[in-house]
Amino acid sequence: MTLRARAGRTGMMRAGMILPPVLLLALLFLYPLALVVRDSLSPDGAGGGALSTRAYSDVFGEASFRDALLNTIGIAAGATAGTLVLGFVLAFVVAFVPFPGSRALSRFIDVFLAFPSFLITLALLFVYGTVGMANGLWTDVTGASSGPFDFLHTPWGVLLAEVTYFTPFVMRPLLAAFAQTETAQLEAAASLGARPGRIVRQVVLPEALPALAAGGGLVLVLCLNEFGIVLFTGAKGVTTLPTLVYGKAILDGDYTGACVVAVVNVALSAALYGLYRMLLTRTGAHRARPV
Amino acid sequence: MPAPYSLVHGRGARWALRALFLVLFLPLFALPLLVIAAASFATGWSGALPNGATTAHYADLARGDSADALLVSLLTAAAASGLALLTGTWAALAAQALPRRVRRAVNALFVLPVAVPSVVVGLAFLVAFSEPPLLLNGTREIVVIAHTVLVTAFAHQSVTAALARLDPAYEQSAASLGASPARVLWQVKLPLLLPSLTAAAGLCFALSMGELSATMMLYPPDWLPLPVRIHAATDRGALFTGAALAVVLMATTLAVLLAVSRIRSKASYRQPS
Repeated sequence: MTLRARAGRTGMMRAGMILPPVLLLALLFLYPLALVVRDSLSPDGAGGGALSTRAYSDVFGEASFRDALLNTIGIAAGATAGTLVLGFVLAFVVAFVPFPGSRALSRFIDVFLAFPSFLITLALLFVYGTVGMANGLWTDVTGASSGPFDFLHTPWGVLLAEVTYFTPFVMRPLLAAFAQTETAQLEAAASLGARPGRIVRQVVLPEALPALAAGGGLVLVLCLNEFGIVLFTGAKGVTTLPTLVYGKAILDGDYTGACVVAVVNVALSAALYGLYRMLLTRTGAHRARPV
Repeated sequence: MPAPYSLVHGRGARWALRALFLVLFLPLFALPLLVIAAASFATGWSGALPNGATTAHYADLARGDSADALLVSLLTAAAASGLALLTGTWAALAAQALPRRVRRAVNALFVLPVAVPSVVVGLAFLVAFSEPPLLLNGTREIVVIAHTVLVTAFAHQSVTAALARLDPAYEQSAASLGASPARVLWQVKLPLLLPSLTAAAGLCFALSMGELSATMMLYPPDWLPLPVRIHAATDRGALFTGAALAVVLMATTLAVLLAVSRIRSKASYRQPS
């Protein structure tokens, strides 16, 4: 065997090493997803019967589905906007107005991100729930029989929980971007007489745009797919697409319907994420990336 | 952290911003975790502060089958993060030998499970593995495999990022001295990757400990992880028991993360600087 042929063969063998994990992923992830699509198109039972979109028209006709769809999009859009604003303010203060303990803070954020999302809803039940801290404080002070806070089982409760849980996802890339920002740039701008407001607008914000974009895109998809927060809010009050998938499959035993909602949910996440990336390219946020 | 540079020079303005930070940060992020901890020791909560202190909720947990739930969660997370680390590292290492385009496609494929709702992954498992030849529905394995699929993306991403940062000079000099590819992998690459591997293991473990969505779709009656128990408790109105269970979940996750970060700092000694 010539040296070259041998090198080619080991090269192919090394490239072939990718096959086991890819095949495993195909069997355990792509194949099940393909079956979900197939089942959503065969309302008369898997395998038997012709493909039909009847299940889709059935599900689209249900009021509960339309509610869930609107809830999902509205909550995800609102939560993404909220996390971007809040994340920027918090990361800005941590990075540029240093105070003791800001380092421990970034450790805290990492730990916070490792905890499951439903803990936030559970905590909010004690803070804003019907017998929680906020209402308790209100009744103690005013002597009224019940407090004014009663939004936890509405979309606003889900929104608050999602903004809380997902803001660190925006803060982390922002903190990394701010750490890269040349302080000399800021000093130069300041020494040339720029006020802090202008420095933020013209120096800090452009530097932060790629990180804001990346964090925002991630949060949008995670919010569209969020399940735990909504489930803990109480299934009756607010339904989103993921909880509708659960309700149809586990509570109603309607697997075809669940598959339809699942396909819509995945398509929606992919479409909104694609749209979001396209808008970013249009507005040129990617150009702000430091070279 | 870089040399602290303060953008805001006015003393008042700086304190105002710090105050704003505390006003936003404390209620939003620190308070929820503290509130859960406080509630787990509370006899009731109908005022601004808990009504009284008790350890009864924990005593209830010790009597019930919550210890089982903790064990189930620990075993599931250990198995899932081990398998995910193996698959993710294997894929990240093997992808290096591929042409650029194929490599990007493979990387995209492995990140995909993050973009798909976990509930849908659970549903897909129910649909795919409820019939022969792969009849897994109702077994404990299906929960472990689903968790593995969900966390592999994080292991893969973290190892891929670490590989990109790795200085190729180490493996090149090892190879030029005659080390076989297997030896380069075992004695050069993997030791250099150890810090990111342990960090990835910690993250996968934590995510698996808290996984609820796919688990709710798949769990068999004899394999109830902690998050499912927490949901069951709060769903029947036992909020304080739920809080105690949540504290157990958080403390265990934190302990594992701390243990992993110790390995990490030990491992960093071995890393040539």
